[in-house]
Amino acid sequence: MKKIIIYLYALFSFNKIAISAETGGMPQLNPEFWYSQIFWLTITFGILLIILSKFILPKIRNNLETRKSQIMENIEIADNQKTSSEKNLKEYDKIIFDAKENAKKTFNLAKEKIQLDLSKEREKIENELNSEIDDIENEIKDLKKSSPEKINIIAVDTAAEIIQKLIGVEANKSNVSAIVNEQIKLMKDK
Amino acid sequence: MAANPMYQFNVYRIGPEIKIGEVDISFTNASLFMVISALAILIVFNLGSKKKSLIPDKIQLLSELSYSFVSKMINDTAGAKGKPYFSFIFSLFMFVLFCNMFGMIPYSFTVTSHIIVTFVLAAFIFIGVTIIGFLKHGLGYLKLFVPSGVPIILLPLIVVIEIISYLSRPISLSVRLFANMMAGHTMMKVFGGFVVSLGLVGGWLPLGFSVALTGLEILVAFLQAYVFAILTCIYLNDALNLHH
Repeated sequence: MKKIIIYLYALFSFNKIAISAETGGMPQLNPEFWYSQIFWLTITFGILLIILSKFILPKIRNNLETRKSQIMENIEIADNQKTSSEKNLKEYDKIIFDAKENAKKTFNLAKEKIQLDLSKEREKIENELNSEIDDIENEIKDLKKSSPEKINIIAVDTAAEIIQKLIGVEANKSNVSAIVNEQIKLMKDK
Repeated sequence: MAANPMYQFNVYRIGPEIKIGEVDISFTNASLFMVISALAILIVFNLGSKKKSLIPDKIQLLSELSYSFVSKMINDTAGAKGKPYFSFIFSLFMFVLFCNMFGMIPYSFTVTSHIIVTFVLAAFIFIGVTIIGFLKHGLGYLKLFVPSGVPIILLPLIVVIEIISYLSRPISLSVRLFANMMAGHTMMKVFGGFVVSLGLVGGWLPLGFSVALTGLEILVAFLQAYVFAILTCIYLNDALNLHH
């Protein structure tokens, strides 16, 4: 009987300690507001989940996707522009190369033509000069040939005139010329 | 009573007592901070999703970075199959994160420092994941408890261990978050109490500790929200892609 009383007392006091621990210890283990917390957690988290998943997250996803697609589009456009500009650059290079080749060709042609013309002209001028030189040489030759006779004639004429002026007698021309010829022969011999 | 480091976790009624039958569902300070957190999340992300500029401003960047952060987290752990559960995991992560962060404000209340709150979340995840697993794989989901490549002699032992570890998931998930939040806040309160009791002469050291702990607790607040979300993803991965 005594044992039972002691046992009951111990049980009672343990309960007392347990209750006091509950009120003074961790408020988390006090079940007073557990249902309230479960209820309000369900409500707030539920509303948050519904609004986020129905209204807000699709918008953000949309924004991100539009941005991504826009960026991809821009990259594609830039790529296209790059390739076309590279093509244009190649064409430009080709045009420049062709133009240089053409210029070289034209230059060479012109050079050749000018050289041809030049040589032709030179030949012509040389020919002309040569013929002129020949003419002059011939003339000189003729002159050389004809000059002694003319001198003779002039000498005979002058001698006849001098004689006429000096003496007043018309001298015989054949005589005069004979004398003159003789004199010239003497001069030559000397 | 304010010197008691556990006093900050007290839940008290705000406004009238509301009862459905015998059940007390009065609006409390815990409910208030749940509502504040949810509202803050909605305001931030609503502002962040309003504009559609190509170059985002700060709040848009914040919401878009959070979106891609959670999206990447799900993709890394649960793969492409986890996409339908994105909204839930995003809300869960943000709710836990905001509750933790609002708890860091002095004289506020930390919703996640109550075991009942974290346990309800964890139990919901546990039940949901189990239902998804059975829906996807039928009774084949029970193969989760039978890892491949285990000697037959060890199999009975391994299966028992696997079942126990599976069943303890909601407890470990909820206790991890609850204990971290409670311990951190209690520590800060204790050090704060030291500052007051040691006064102008000796109070500077615990004050420094208190400041350092605040930084640590902000880190823990983020980290625990992240751990909570990523463990949910891992459990979801078990249910979606049966690996064993």
